[in-house]
Amino acid sequence: MTEPLMKLVELTKAYPGVVANSDVSFNIEAGKVHALLGENGAGKSTLVKTIYGLVKPDTGTMVLDGKPFTPTEPRAARAAGIAMVFQHFSLFEALTVAENVALGMENPPPLRDLAQRIRDVSETYGLPLDPSRIVGDLSAGERQRVEIIRCLLQDPKVLIMDEPTSVLTPQEVDILFETLRKLKSEGTAILYISHKLEEIRALCDHATVLRLGKVVGTCDPRETSAREMAELMVGGTLHVPKREAGEAGETLMQINGLSAPSPREFGTSLKDIRIDVRAGDVIGIGGVAGNGQDELLSALSGEIRAGAGQISFLGNDIGHLAPDARRTLGICAAPEERMGHAAAPDMSLTENAALTARKRKDLTNNGFIDWGKTRNFANEIIERFDVRTPGPGNAARSLSGGNLQKFVIGREILQDPQILIVNQPTWGVDASAAAAIRQALLDLAAKGAGVIVISQDLDELMEISDSFAALNEGRLSKPRPAKELTVEEIGLMLGGAHDMEVAHVETAS
Amino acid sequence: MIALEKRPQPSQFWSFAAPIVAVILTMIFGAALFAMLGKPPIEALGKIFWEPLFGEYNFFYLPQLLIKGAPLVAIALGLSLGFKAGIWNIGAEGQYIIGALCGAGVGLAFYPMEARWLIFPVMLIAGAFGGFAWAMIPGILRVKFNTNEILVSLMLVYVAEQLLASMALGVMKNPDGMGFPGSRNLSQYASSSSWIDQSNGMHWGVVIALIGVIFAYILFAKHILGFQIKLAGQAPRAAAFSGVSPARLVLFCLGTSGALAGIAGLTEVSGPAGIVSIDFNVGYGFTAIIVAFLGRLHPVGILFAGALMALTYIGGDIAQSSLGLPKAAMQMFQGMLLFCLLGVDVLTNYRVRMMKRGAV
Repeated sequence: MTEPLMKLVELTKAYPGVVANSDVSFNIEAGKVHALLGENGAGKSTLVKTIYGLVKPDTGTMVLDGKPFTPTEPRAARAAGIAMVFQHFSLFEALTVAENVALGMENPPPLRDLAQRIRDVSETYGLPLDPSRIVGDLSAGERQRVEIIRCLLQDPKVLIMDEPTSVLTPQEVDILFETLRKLKSEGTAILYISHKLEEIRALCDHATVLRLGKVVGTCDPRETSAREMAELMVGGTLHVPKREAGEAGETLMQINGLSAPSPREFGTSLKDIRIDVRAGDVIGIGGVAGNGQDELLSALSGEIRAGAGQISFLGNDIGHLAPDARRTLGICAAPEERMGHAAAPDMSLTENAALTARKRKDLTNNGFIDWGKTRNFANEIIERFDVRTPGPGNAARSLSGGNLQKFVIGREILQDPQILIVNQPTWGVDASAAAAIRQALLDLAAKGAGVIVISQDLDELMEISDSFAALNEGRLSKPRPAKELTVEEIGLMLGGAHDMEVAHVETAS
Repeated sequence: MIALEKRPQPSQFWSFAAPIVAVILTMIFGAALFAMLGKPPIEALGKIFWEPLFGEYNFFYLPQLLIKGAPLVAIALGLSLGFKAGIWNIGAEGQYIIGALCGAGVGLAFYPMEARWLIFPVMLIAGAFGGFAWAMIPGILRVKFNTNEILVSLMLVYVAEQLLASMALGVMKNPDGMGFPGSRNLSQYASSSSWIDQSNGMHWGVVIALIGVIFAYILFAKHILGFQIKLAGQAPRAAAFSGVSPARLVLFCLGTSGALAGIAGLTEVSGPAGIVSIDFNVGYGFTAIIVAFLGRLHPVGILFAGALMALTYIGGDIAQSSLGLPKAAMQMFQGMLLFCLLGVDVLTNYRVRMMKRGAV
C-alpha cells in the first residue's frame, strides 16, 4: 500500500465546556473520496477547519505528503494544496462570477484571462458556468459551482466539501458527482462531509464516522447499508416516524393566487401561488434554497401582507392581518433562521416563549406580561421537546442550533395551531431529535391541523407529506400525492427553470 | 496574548460591577490628568465628588443636584426607549427647546392671569406636545420616506436654536424689560412657576423625572410594549415575526422621548432658568445621551447616572473655581467616564483569557 497523501494523528481540540475533537486519527488517500460522517455537533466542522487552518488543534499532528503540516491560517493551507467548499457560500451577490473568483485570489490575473480560465475549468469538469453573470442571479447550484471552480483554479491536492448537496436538486447532484469522480480520477483526494447516506454510498470509497468528537467507526460505504451507518452515527437504533393514514378533512386555508414582492434585494418574489390546506393534511413543499421559501413563510405568517382575497382561512380573507392576529385565529409559523428570526438570540427562553405564544397561551393581561405563566410555558416546551438547557432563564444563543430548533418548533406546536407552517424543521437537528420533531408534526396533523412543511430535505418530505409541491423561482407547482412520485419526477419538479445540462464529461479512461 | 471570548450568557456580576469599575477607573485616569496639569489630584477629586455632597456648603449644592439631574434623567429615560429599539433620537436638545418655547408661550399668553390650577397644567401639556411634535418630524419622515432619524433630529436642534433666539428677542421679549433680551421671568409668577420648594431644589421636573423612572421600569419589566422595544432593538426580524410594527414603534419611541424632553424644557424654563433667553439651552439634550448609556439604558441605572453626571457638573464647577482647573479638563473628565464605561462594558459579554504566545 502506498503512503497516504494526508495523515491526521490524534487530533484533539477542546472548547470551553465541550471537546469538539478527541484523538481523531485517519488517513486520506490520493484519488479517493473519503466520507466524514456524523450528526451535527459530532465535530466534523471543527476537524475540517483544523485541516483548513482555521482552527489550531490543542494536541495532535497532521502530515501532508510526508511532511508535517501545521497551517496557521487558511492561506497557508491553500498554499499547501488544501481547498475547501463551504456549506454557506461567501460570494458577493452584486458582483460577477469572475470578479468573485478574483476576490479570493492572492494575485488575480486580469479579468479577461481569468474569465477564460474559468471557462476552461468549467468545461473540463462539466460545470456549466458563465463567468460574466452576476452572482445574485444564479441558482444555489450555480453559486456552488463558483465556489468549486474557485477551488479548482488552485489545483488542489485535497478538496474538502462540507454538505455540498444540501442545496442541490437531484439532477444538480448528478452533475456534481460527475465532477467529483473526474477529479478523483486525476488523483485529487476528496474529503466529503454529509449526512445523506445514500449519496455517500454512491460516491465514497472510505468513511470515518464521528460521534461526540471521537472516531467511532470506519467502514466501506459501498458495502455498508445506510441504516447501519446511521446507527453508527447516532449510536443506537433509529426511530422512524409513523402516522395513521387519516382522511383529509375540511379545507382550512386557501391560498389563491398569492403574489408578493420580496422585501430583500436578490430575494425571490412569490408568483401566483395556489394551494388548499385541509385539516389533517401534511403538505410538503420542496425546493432549492432561495426559491422563495423565506418569502412564502413570511407571507403566510403575516410578516409580508398579501393582497385582498389571496389568503383565506375558513372562508375569511386574512391576507391583510398582522402576525399576531393570524396567530389568534390559529395560524402559527416557524421560520428557517432560528437566531434572529424565530428567536431573539440575546433573550432568555422565557422571553422567547412570549415572542409568539402571547396570544394563544394568554400570557398577557391588559398588555402586562404574566412572566410566571410564560416561564411555565417555556418549561413545558423544554420538557416535552427534550430541549437540553439548564433552564428557561438561559439566553437563546447559549443553546446549540438543534436544541433551539426543538424549542422553536415546540413553542409553535404546543400552541395547538390549526395551521402550522414550518421552514426547514429539522435543519441541523440530530437524527433522533429530527425523528421526534417529524413525529410531533404528524401528531399535530392527526389531531386535525393542517401542516405545511417547507424543506430542502427530500427524504424528510417523502417521509411525512401527504402531498408534495415544488417551489421554483417563487412559483409553486401543482401539488401531487406524495406516494405516487418517484425521485426523478421530484427532481424535475424542483428543477423547473434551472439549466439541467447534464455534465458533458469525457469519461475517465 | 490576551484574547476576548464571547460569554454564552451576559455576566450578571459585570453588568452591575461595570459602572462602578468605570467610575473608579475614571477617578484614576482623572487624577493622573489633574496631576499632569499640575493640580493636586486627590484634592481635585475631593472637590468633584465629596464637596457637593458632604462639604461645608452642601446645603447649596444638594438642591443643585436635583436641578441639574432632573432634566438629564427625564430626557435620558425617553432616549433610552428609542436606543433600546435601535431608534436614534440625537435631537433631544431641540425637543427640549421647543417644549420650553411652547410651554412658556402658554404661560406668557395667559399673563397676568393667576389661575395656577389652569395655567400650569396647560403649560405642561403644551411643553410635552411641543417636544412630541418636534420629534414627530424625524419620526414621520423616517416612517414615510425612510430618512435617517439621526441626521434629521440633529439638524432640527439648530433650527430650534434659531427659533429660540428669534422668540427671545422678538415675540416673547419682556415688554417691561427695558430692552434686555429675554422673556418675563415665569418662575416669579405663582401661576406659571414650576417650583415646589425652591430652597430644596424641588420642582415639577424632578417629580416627573422620578415618576418617569417608575413608569419606564414597569414598562420594561412587565409590559408587552417594553418587551417589543427590546425585541426590535436586539432582533428586528424576530420582532417583525412576533408582530411588532416597526413604524408604530418608531413613532412611539420618538414621540415619547420628545414629550419627555419637552417637559424637561418646560419645567426648566418656568423654574431654574425662569426666562426664555437666547442661551437658555445648556446641552442637557446631548449630555442625556451619555447619561442614557452610562445608566445602561435601564431606568434605575439612568437615575443613578443622571445623579452622577449632575455631580460631576457641580463638582467640576467647584474645582474650576477653587483650583483653577480648566473647563476643558472637566469635559475630558466626563468624556473619560463614558469611555471607561464602554471599555469595561465589554466584560459583560466577553471574558478575557490569557493565552500563551504561539498557542492560539
